[in-house]
Amino acid sequence: MKFHRLFVLSMVMLAATIACERRPGTTGSATSTGDILVGMYGSLTGDGASFGQSSVEGAQLAVEELNNAGGLLGGRKIRLLVEDDQSKPDEASNAVTKLITQDKVVAVLGEVASRRSLAAGPVCQKYQTPMISPASTNERVTAIGDYIFRVCFIDPFQGEVLAKFAYNDLKARKVAVLKDVQQDYSVGLTDAIQKTFQALGGEVLAPVSYSSGDADFKAILTQVRAQKPDAMFVTGYYPEAAIIVRQARGLGMKIPVLGGDGWVGDALKNGREALANCFISNHYSGDNPDPVVQNFVKTYRAKFNREPDSIAALGYDAAKVLAAAITSSNSTEGPKVRDALAKADVPGVTGRLKMNAQRNVDKPAVIQELKFADGDVKYVYRTTINPN
Amino acid sequence: VDTFFQQFINGLSLGAIYALIALGYTMVYGVLRLINFAHGDVYMLGAFAGYYIANALNMDANPSILGAIAVTMGAMAICAIIGILIERLAYRPVRHHSRLTSLITAIGVSLLLEYGGQVVFGATPRFFPQMIRSQVYAVGGVQITNQNLLIIVVSVIVMFGLQYIVHQTRIGKAMRAVSFNLPVAKLMGINTDFIIAFTFALGSALAAAGGVMVALAIPRIDPLMGLMTGLKAFVAAVLGGIGNIPGAMLGGMLIGLMETWIGATAYSTYRDAVAFAVLILILLFRPAGILGTSVTEKV
Repeated sequence: MKFHRLFVLSMVMLAATIACERRPGTTGSATSTGDILVGMYGSLTGDGASFGQSSVEGAQLAVEELNNAGGLLGGRKIRLLVEDDQSKPDEASNAVTKLITQDKVVAVLGEVASRRSLAAGPVCQKYQTPMISPASTNERVTAIGDYIFRVCFIDPFQGEVLAKFAYNDLKARKVAVLKDVQQDYSVGLTDAIQKTFQALGGEVLAPVSYSSGDADFKAILTQVRAQKPDAMFVTGYYPEAAIIVRQARGLGMKIPVLGGDGWVGDALKNGREALANCFISNHYSGDNPDPVVQNFVKTYRAKFNREPDSIAALGYDAAKVLAAAITSSNSTEGPKVRDALAKADVPGVTGRLKMNAQRNVDKPAVIQELKFADGDVKYVYRTTINPN
Repeated sequence: VDTFFQQFINGLSLGAIYALIALGYTMVYGVLRLINFAHGDVYMLGAFAGYYIANALNMDANPSILGAIAVTMGAMAICAIIGILIERLAYRPVRHHSRLTSLITAIGVSLLLEYGGQVVFGATPRFFPQMIRSQVYAVGGVQITNQNLLIIVVSVIVMFGLQYIVHQTRIGKAMRAVSFNLPVAKLMGINTDFIIAFTFALGSALAAAGGVMVALAIPRIDPLMGLMTGLKAFVAAVLGGIGNIPGAMLGGMLIGLMETWIGATAYSTYRDAVAFAVLILILLFRPAGILGTSVTEKV
């Protein structure tokens, strides 16, 4: 008797599941009316959680502003569908496949880490769905194909900016470079720094390798210390950078430490007082008096109750560029939106967003000095460097 | 020369971490002939227990040594209970089955804690509050932070403490009896279930102490932190001779020094591979480990 009831119950549940499964299909086909679906994938959990959370928050803020202003294409609202890739490249391509094939999104926003953008980009290219990376700076990301765009500068430029700052402003002549061999971003940035610094006439010691997730860097740092460099570059991401800086200071290394935009993340504060005398290149400065920037900082603070970082600003810009392209193409079809994106030229929080032939934007970089105060990292504006 | 000594100190402070965890592996193995693969995850739970206690006490804003000791004690107590529960719920029901059953159960418990941890704590790394402000001591060109010094000192104290417990106390005698022959120990009136539970509690408390101390030096904790560290500590225990307490210490230090030495060469990214290559070599050529005595088993 009891068994029977259980069987009936499970049948009912099965039927209900099937009924639910069908529903997205019926609404998905009606793309000419109703909400405009935009996908976003990011590392909401895992090692790179700060990247995913910041970029998604930035995009959410942009979407909210656009919807409050009346939506797009004659009053249609944008709906942002967010997928978590758990900071894993294979999950990134799964997430994008789901967004495109099941949710039938118009375009995809993401990822921050170059390695994950490189994993998911080919999927977008295959389905002719435009992808806009907020913050992947590795050169190869937009080379995947003509559907892949980004709203940040690229590593050859970032490496040049960092190397020049170390040589001209910090007067370093001999530098060490620590690179994360698991991250395309770190490897690309290392190459760029090496090239520029040597061209300036400086000496670059043989790059030292580590892997994402390592926690003990004292052995490699001791080797670096023995070679007495004037400055050290750490080209990986914030979780390791914070620990590297701490352990370097613990070994008595007081030299300036430089990093790229990959240092921007909540766990950087693990570096604490050791972050003094550290410099990073970044996409934007919250101190910029430009009303566009200040307005963004104010609304972001009001909505999320924290200071926006540069990744959040780029997430915001990525969503704004996409919205502009949907409006100017007057369409939600991938190829048409793509063509509009290729011609995009809109003002952004992080600078003017004008797509070039490589689907990159030429934007200035800022150098910031890090300070640890009141239990958090402060990014102090030093200088802006424009692309040539 | 400075560099050499610095690397030696680096190796010791890394090795002390492995040694502390290896002691737990070795103790459980010594008593039960069970490789408790969940041990590395208990170390993770210790770090998380410390994290929650320290945040409840608001240690980040008011660091103090006394507070740090209280946090460590609290984490040890919590993990001792967890250790007893793991033994009671997972290992005791299968104790009388083959050893392979226990081993697979241990792997199951390990996976449960790792991925259960991801559900409960989230997969995102947390920042461990700084309970003791870091300080750098320098002797000549050799530098060490107070946190790393603490790890080395504590692991040595713990090793001697364990030696004392196992060889000089009544409960230690009972542990050795259980290790020697469980059914006979039971016939002699020893409460074997209690002894085994005690062994798990002690080993888990040590793992918790290790977790808190490591989190002090490297303040990033996540549910998978025990995976690699636990495996390396296991290698250390086998290298030193599993079941042998000074062996675990020696093995841990050797693995730490070896990793540091590899890390200082151009092959720094191969250091994990080297630790496991050592395991294979040890198992091939000296399965009893460095300090272990090989016993020929009657078949």
